[in-house]
Amino acid sequence: MEALGVYAPRLVSQRQGFASGHRACAGCGEALAVSLVMKALGRNVIISMSTGCMEVVSTLFPHTAWTVPWIHTLFENSAIVASGIEAGLKALRRKGASLPQAKVVAMGGDGATFDIGFGAISGAFERGHDFLYVCLDNEAYMNTGIQRSSATPFGASTTTQPAGKVGMGQLTWKKNMPAIAVAHGIPYVATASPSYPFDLIAKVKKAAEIEGPTYVHILSVCPTGWRIPTDMTIRIGRLAVESGIFPLYEVEKGKYTLSYDPPKLRPVEDYLKPQGRFRHLTPELIDKIQQRVTAEYAALREKAASG
Amino acid sequence: MKRVGLESSIAIAEAVKMANVDVISAYPITPQTHIVERLAQIVADGELDANYIPVESEHSAMSGCLGASAVGARTFTATAGQGLELMHEVLYVASAMRLPVVMAVCNRALSSPLNIWGDHSDVMAVRDTGWIQLFAENAQQAFDLTLCAFRIAEDPAVLLPTMVHIDGFHLSHVIEAVLLPEADEVKKFLPPFRPLYTLNPDRPVSMGDMAAPDVYAEAKKMQDEALRNSREVVLKAWREFGKLLGRNYSPVETFRAEDADVLLLTMGSFSEVAMEAIDLLRGKGEKVGGVRLRLWRPFPFEELRQAVERAKLLIVLDRAVSFGGPGPVCSEIKAALSHLEKKPKVIGFIGGLGGRDIPVKGFQEMIHRGMDKAAKGQFDDFEMFGVR
Repeated sequence: MEALGVYAPRLVSQRQGFASGHRACAGCGEALAVSLVMKALGRNVIISMSTGCMEVVSTLFPHTAWTVPWIHTLFENSAIVASGIEAGLKALRRKGASLPQAKVVAMGGDGATFDIGFGAISGAFERGHDFLYVCLDNEAYMNTGIQRSSATPFGASTTTQPAGKVGMGQLTWKKNMPAIAVAHGIPYVATASPSYPFDLIAKVKKAAEIEGPTYVHILSVCPTGWRIPTDMTIRIGRLAVESGIFPLYEVEKGKYTLSYDPPKLRPVEDYLKPQGRFRHLTPELIDKIQQRVTAEYAALREKAASG
Repeated sequence: MKRVGLESSIAIAEAVKMANVDVISAYPITPQTHIVERLAQIVADGELDANYIPVESEHSAMSGCLGASAVGARTFTATAGQGLELMHEVLYVASAMRLPVVMAVCNRALSSPLNIWGDHSDVMAVRDTGWIQLFAENAQQAFDLTLCAFRIAEDPAVLLPTMVHIDGFHLSHVIEAVLLPEADEVKKFLPPFRPLYTLNPDRPVSMGDMAAPDVYAEAKKMQDEALRNSREVVLKAWREFGKLLGRNYSPVETFRAEDADVLLLTMGSFSEVAMEAIDLLRGKGEKVGGVRLRLWRPFPFEELRQAVERAKLLIVLDRAVSFGGPGPVCSEIKAALSHLEKKPKVIGFIGGLGGRDIPVKGFQEMIHRGMDKAAKGQFDDFEMFGVR
């Protein structure tokens, strides 16, 4: 560990694109994710952000946590605002304006990405704008108080799909957003987790360097919404990967590569048990989740093996 | 200057080309399609160096404009009816963030039932979005006001988005003679867009922060002042436009109104038909005149009062319904006049909905019916004109 303390700072930029002092909850995995993304991106970026936790905690006027140019307009349009920025910069440069280099990056939570902004993201991917979209997935509408989204996992209790005497929480399986991004034929898609910071930074850097639309999907552990102690964020993020619930992989030009392939997956119960949102699950339901995760992980492995 | 026959939609596209726009972000909707198709062709033919973003919805059309405008690009879009409704929430953001997007709106009815033809239901629904709003009556005005819109919107003292309204089909699809200025005349009139702040890594700013109750009201106050103060810039732009190209515009325009006892107030393309009706009635010795609102926002209080205060009766035609209430234009006019000592009585009609025509004869009838209603004291019934 001492060796890492000397070594790590040399690998990671000291620069804070997303500065401390914002108002995120204690233990917020999403703020950590944004901080790492900004370290990977450096100063020559323009951020277009959807309404959501990160927008609200970072910019209550007159404060801002952003040391790079940043724009927020609405909930469902960060991808198209990014398209406009990219098109505007291209046109102005072509017409002789002298402007600094700037990678355009859109960011949104799972509500903005999976649900309300889905069409705008699909449109921007299809049109082929040169931009990176980062999905900060904390698996529900946390900013408004833990309401379900189509990113909420099967069985999770949320305020709009709660567990009760007859209800068992979310009744649907999480939408596979990375696969949908891949289906657009974009050059780069990756999943990442702040629990694996170097992997996350490397993927964001790679995504930013590729010309065309790229997509990085980050599982952002939310102690407030997931009902876990605030010091468990990194641990839960690791369990999500180790259990195969949130595998880390890249898809370059359609080719799948697993970033980390544990020799043996941990039981999903290890991931589900510490979280209050899954507290009500019966052994039968946990078994149902286990079967699904095992099958999906095998399918992913197959894809990675076949190249 | 050259004189050519152009459809109003094409005239707008020509104005956008001459304004050397950088980004067009647009989604097709009837009756706006001729504008965006023509622009796409102009870009494809290399006549205009711009990026055309063919977006997947009107919400995105306006959102794309926000992004482009925020980096300092001159930005244009066009829409109509349902499209204007779908981009509704984005309109507020454009004005509040002081992004001077220019948009042509081919005024169209709103569903349901589906109707693609002209009326002002779409305009009235976006009345309070903080945009400067101009009404054109013919193809020449559609061209002129589009050019003026860039100049007004991008003025550093204004920085507000601007809509140019043309009536769907009745104006958008009508071919008329249009005088096109020379490139150097446009250059003299329209300076390059020089925004105060842009998204630039060398000078980072945060745009669109959240605002708590302690500052939100102040932000809105500043925005309202900016829109009210834009009036001076609008007037100055029109004065200079008149000097340069010989066509003069003002916020409220009158027709044979000087000694008129009865005035008819209209907006948009119906105004020209109304003027014909007024001419005919004048020929019969009736003291009638016309008033047209050119500038809808910021509302021209002073000019309106001056135009109508001498008349005994003001008849207002609304091409939109405020269900269960007075017509939206009529209610504004009444409010603007309410405190005056000497003012005309106001009678409101709703008409021309969903493309229903009002011919010259119809306007003559409307004026007479208005006089009749005023005599009977029927000020609250807001008759829907020409309905079976």
